[in-house]
Amino acid sequence: MLSYAVRRLLGAIPTLFVVITLTFFMMRAAPGGPFDTQRALPPEIAANINKVYNLDKPLIVQYGLYLERLAHFDLGPSFKNRDFTVTELIAQGLPVSARLGILAISFAIVFGVTLGVLAALKQNRAADFGVMTLAMIGITIPTFVTAPLLTLVFGVYGLSVFGHEIELPVAGWGGGAPINLLLPVTVLALPQIAIIARLVRGSMVEVLHSNYIRTARAKGLPNRVVVWRHALPAAILPLVSYLGPAIAGLLTGSLIVETIFSLPGIGRYFVNGALNRDYTLVMGVVIVYATLVIVMNLISDLLYAVLDPRVRLDK
Amino acid sequence: MIATGTSAANAELMTNAVAVRGRSLWVDARRRLFRNKAAMVSIVVLALIALTAIFLPLVWPYAYDDIDFTLVNCAPDWWPDPDVMCHSGGWHIFGSDSVGRDLFVRVLYGARVSLAVGLVATFVSLVIGVVYGATAGFIGGAIDDVMMRVVDVLYSLPFIFFVIILMVIFNQSIWLMFIAIGAVEWLTMARIVRGQTLSIKEKEFIEAARAGGVSQRGIIGRHIVPNVVGPVIIYVTLTIPSVILSESFLSFLGLGIREPLTSWGVLISEGSNQLESAPWMLIFPALFMAVTLFCFNFIGDGLRDALDPKDR
Repeated sequence: MLSYAVRRLLGAIPTLFVVITLTFFMMRAAPGGPFDTQRALPPEIAANINKVYNLDKPLIVQYGLYLERLAHFDLGPSFKNRDFTVTELIAQGLPVSARLGILAISFAIVFGVTLGVLAALKQNRAADFGVMTLAMIGITIPTFVTAPLLTLVFGVYGLSVFGHEIELPVAGWGGGAPINLLLPVTVLALPQIAIIARLVRGSMVEVLHSNYIRTARAKGLPNRVVVWRHALPAAILPLVSYLGPAIAGLLTGSLIVETIFSLPGIGRYFVNGALNRDYTLVMGVVIVYATLVIVMNLISDLLYAVLDPRVRLDK
Repeated sequence: MIATGTSAANAELMTNAVAVRGRSLWVDARRRLFRNKAAMVSIVVLALIALTAIFLPLVWPYAYDDIDFTLVNCAPDWWPDPDVMCHSGGWHIFGSDSVGRDLFVRVLYGARVSLAVGLVATFVSLVIGVVYGATAGFIGGAIDDVMMRVVDVLYSLPFIFFVIILMVIFNQSIWLMFIAIGAVEWLTMARIVRGQTLSIKEKEFIEAARAGGVSQRGIIGRHIVPNVVGPVIIYVTLTIPSVILSESFLSFLGLGIREPLTSWGVLISEGSNQLESAPWMLIFPALFMAVTLFCFNFIGDGLRDALDPKDR
């Protein structure tokens, strides 16, 4: 297994390399530069700035310099946020995005699995159709529609619970206060809940019809034990391999959620960085995202192999 | 004698059997699809939305870029909440937006753009995916390995980021967006087509057809294509909504369609900025988009059940 993990990580290097190269040259192909202002700078000053940031050198040399820096795990200075390095910016933003993502995926797993199991146990009955309809809605309606709609319902109109008017904050991080997190995490989690519920229902239905479950029932085990101890572990296996892509989905989702709720995560850096031609910042965020996706895919594959003894990774 | 009786009956059966026309895959599929209520309703709704979007703006009293500063953020006349700033009156059945343009006709224009993006980008992905996948599957061997390895690498790229960068670079041209999104979506199509081609090419019935002297063209036309087309059609109906989503996502971030032209993503983005004062600006475009996406998903599911009944 260790050798498999190492091989996979080595195999990820060309992928990362392609990502870095593509992003680098695509950003440079964009018209305009990071230091463009309304009025053109005096040529001497522009030349000086370009010199400081190595922008005066040929593109291929700049690319080499960037790779060399990257080899030292240095993402370089941000072109727009002058006083910060990209590493610092990402170190500020990543915890925000990570907290959002981890909370969202945890909620999604808990609710998704519960709903999926429920639907499978009540297959083709009202509860099943109810859950599956909700799942369909959750999958179809995009984050950027649910976010404003939920804001409208809970933030603007407010919700009265036991006579108390509850208005959730509709924007801002608030130092990560739970009340500020509630709406963004819900919005991020909803589509994932839907997908996971569908997935778990499908595999649970299949597992419940398998022979060993019939054996367990024939032994006279109580329903609770059959469902939770015998069926569920087998049924959530597909979930494990879904988690890799799920992380990737959360990342794009968080782009939207961070923009709508004005949260200081790295998704917002990316959009602003691309618009401002902040070359290094965009590169940095893309590298972080790509690495995350690759690592998460690896972890979910390894986990799958650990959980399912039929899967053998070493060939 | 019994034997002759049977053979006579058999012969009669055979003669009759010739009269019965065989049902092809497509006839079967169509019957199954027609029986699927959700899919049929979706087709009708979708057709209604498309026809309305194409023809109604031609006769509608307002154009999509008619600005009227006396009608800023006005609610439609029938709006239930009495605390709105103004009512738009006239034919503004969805109210008006922040510069007094008619929201209804803008939602229809949004439908035009979103559906057009959906169709064009899906077509791009279809062409690239089918050609690439069929080539890899048909040639096989080392070339197939290399081609699919390329797809694997591309798969692990965070593609939405490349689309964003592309849009920033090329100044948000609408045609480029079609192509960029299509170019992102072709990967899965290529995999599906390649897998199908690969497995079908080795099947016994192809062997049999070849042994029976059917020409190469006949084999491809009668045996391979129909078997590849099914999964491709299913995937196409599922690609269209995901393309519409990508476009709206970009437009929502301000990287897609530009004013005064509009799309559902732009309208939803404007609506979510006016959430407190003019919720209708969010609700109507969001509703149209959600209904459209639902329809495509139901049609996709229906087609899957119809064309691939063993997968139920």
